[in-house]
Amino acid sequence: MIIKEEKLNPKLYDEDVELTPTRDGYGEGLLIAGEENNNVVVLCADLSESTRSEAFAKKFPKRFIEVGVAEQNMATVAAGLGISGKIPFISSYATFSPGRNWEQIRTTIAYNDSNVKIAGHHSGISVGPDGATHQAIEDIATMRVMANMKVFVPCDTLEAKKATVAAAKIWGPIYLRFGREKTPVITTEETPYTPGKAEIFWQSKAPQVAIIACGSILHNALLVAKELEKEKIGTIVVNNHTIKPLDEKTLLEVIKKCGAVVTVEEHQVAGGMGGAIAELLAKKYPVPMEFIGMQDVFGESGTPKELIEKYGMGVKTIKAAVIKVLKRA
Amino acid sequence: MEPLHDKKIKLLEEIANRIREKIIETLVEAGSGHSAGPLGMADVFTAFYFHILRHNPKKPDWAERDILILSNGHICPVLYVTLAYAGYFPLEELMTLRKLGSRLQGHPHRGSLPGVETTSGPLGSGLSQACGVAFSHRIDGTKNRIYCLMSDGEQNEGNTWEAVMFAGKYKLSNLTAVMDRNNIQIDGYTEHIMPLEPIKEKYESFGWHVLEIDGHNLGQIVEAVNVARAIYEKPTLIIAHTIPGKGVSFMEKDYLWHGKPPTKEEAKVALQELRTLGGKIRSEHQ
Repeated sequence: MIIKEEKLNPKLYDEDVELTPTRDGYGEGLLIAGEENNNVVVLCADLSESTRSEAFAKKFPKRFIEVGVAEQNMATVAAGLGISGKIPFISSYATFSPGRNWEQIRTTIAYNDSNVKIAGHHSGISVGPDGATHQAIEDIATMRVMANMKVFVPCDTLEAKKATVAAAKIWGPIYLRFGREKTPVITTEETPYTPGKAEIFWQSKAPQVAIIACGSILHNALLVAKELEKEKIGTIVVNNHTIKPLDEKTLLEVIKKCGAVVTVEEHQVAGGMGGAIAELLAKKYPVPMEFIGMQDVFGESGTPKELIEKYGMGVKTIKAAVIKVLKRA
Repeated sequence: MEPLHDKKIKLLEEIANRIREKIIETLVEAGSGHSAGPLGMADVFTAFYFHILRHNPKKPDWAERDILILSNGHICPVLYVTLAYAGYFPLEELMTLRKLGSRLQGHPHRGSLPGVETTSGPLGSGLSQACGVAFSHRIDGTKNRIYCLMSDGEQNEGNTWEAVMFAGKYKLSNLTAVMDRNNIQIDGYTEHIMPLEPIKEKYESFGWHVLEIDGHNLGQIVEAVNVARAIYEKPTLIIAHTIPGKGVSFMEKDYLWHGKPPTKEEAKVALQELRTLGGKIRSEHQ
């Protein structure tokens, strides 16, 4: 059942659960961060409406920098701002930033230790009709392997807001991942959120499989947990919103209780959150694992719902993975 | 900046020559590194660190200091040698260049060595970073001058032009760029590899003020920076024409000396030339 202490949205299982994109939370978080600290500046590469940085631009025009469609410049200008005492947030689609400007981020932000926050929008396949060129499904992998880089993947708009506000307060380069599509509001304002601390959202009486998810796809994991409960299969569902640094303590505690793992992310199954957890388990507590995500293919145009189903991140597929991993446990 | 009189010019010339000698000694000890660029830019670096820059070697984090960013980070031997002579760290430490545990990394790393303002090496990012620093001071209303030294080869990089456009759009007049126009890059001469001309007109069309000088004439270097300081509506680019490998006859104008250090034997000859100003005087080393 849902963990009461997490104070999740009581309507999260309802047909008419509130739907809001995580990018909205980023926009709101920027406003709060900008209020709390004058040094917060926001850069955008010609996507201010789409990345929801418009509101910041209106409120703090002197601290908003439009660089045009130039993501490499956006990262390196931000690097210069970051070493001068500013707290820059750079915003674009994740395929372009940190896609196109990966090396600049590596050299002038991570290795340079410049206090820059990178907001990668339109992540995952639920970007939808724009198609594969705009669907970032490798960004968790490419960012987590970079030294001196943290990786935050909030599960809904409220968590996105909290993550953005928190990122402004933590020193150092941070990658934040947001989605385009309206997704279920899973949490409430009171839901605990601390970067680096995984949260257990669901725990059955006799859990057999740990379902570890990040991002808005966590909602599907919670739907699966409820269905499996009816079939007497117990699970623990973890909101693993911080891919780096990984909350090894909580994850290992959960996995030791279960003995099998299914990871769920809107990302390639290679190298992302699943990869990070596999590395942890192989070293410290190997158990059977199944990986839900993109199976080493590119996406395509479609509605977010269709794409999630077709590419194997729907409720049915996650459920099947749980049953499959149980057979090996 | 105090006015530049003849006595000071003579002093600066001596310093530049010492810097050239030390570059050779440093490279030979390191066994790897770049020769042509550092020798070519010794006069520009001397002018900056011994006359132009508002800075305090004993207080490398002084908030009011001018900021010098070396975008073509591979020529860091001249940066490191100049910083040492200016008093940022002991001269002896130059012998640790590129060695394990050294503060003198193969390409500049922020935080490793006092006086290094930012990390560079991968070409094309320095000007953007300098734009960010300039923009930050604009927001704060502070009067620091920001200088970005670039190579001509790195004008090949798209990121450079994004920065050029950006500085033009935002009229970053507190930013002055200096381009080392030595006409060489790794694979050959710039106009054979990826022609840059007409580079002056290119920058002007992007909203910059452009000056051209002899990069070995200390008076011209200082004068150009003074002119840049007086331009309030645009960033300024100073195209400094230099001879790669300047001061060492067998290195001058040869692109093969871009990326390698001299051997011990070659260094002996190079130092002899530098110490005797090309055979014009006797050196105590003779």
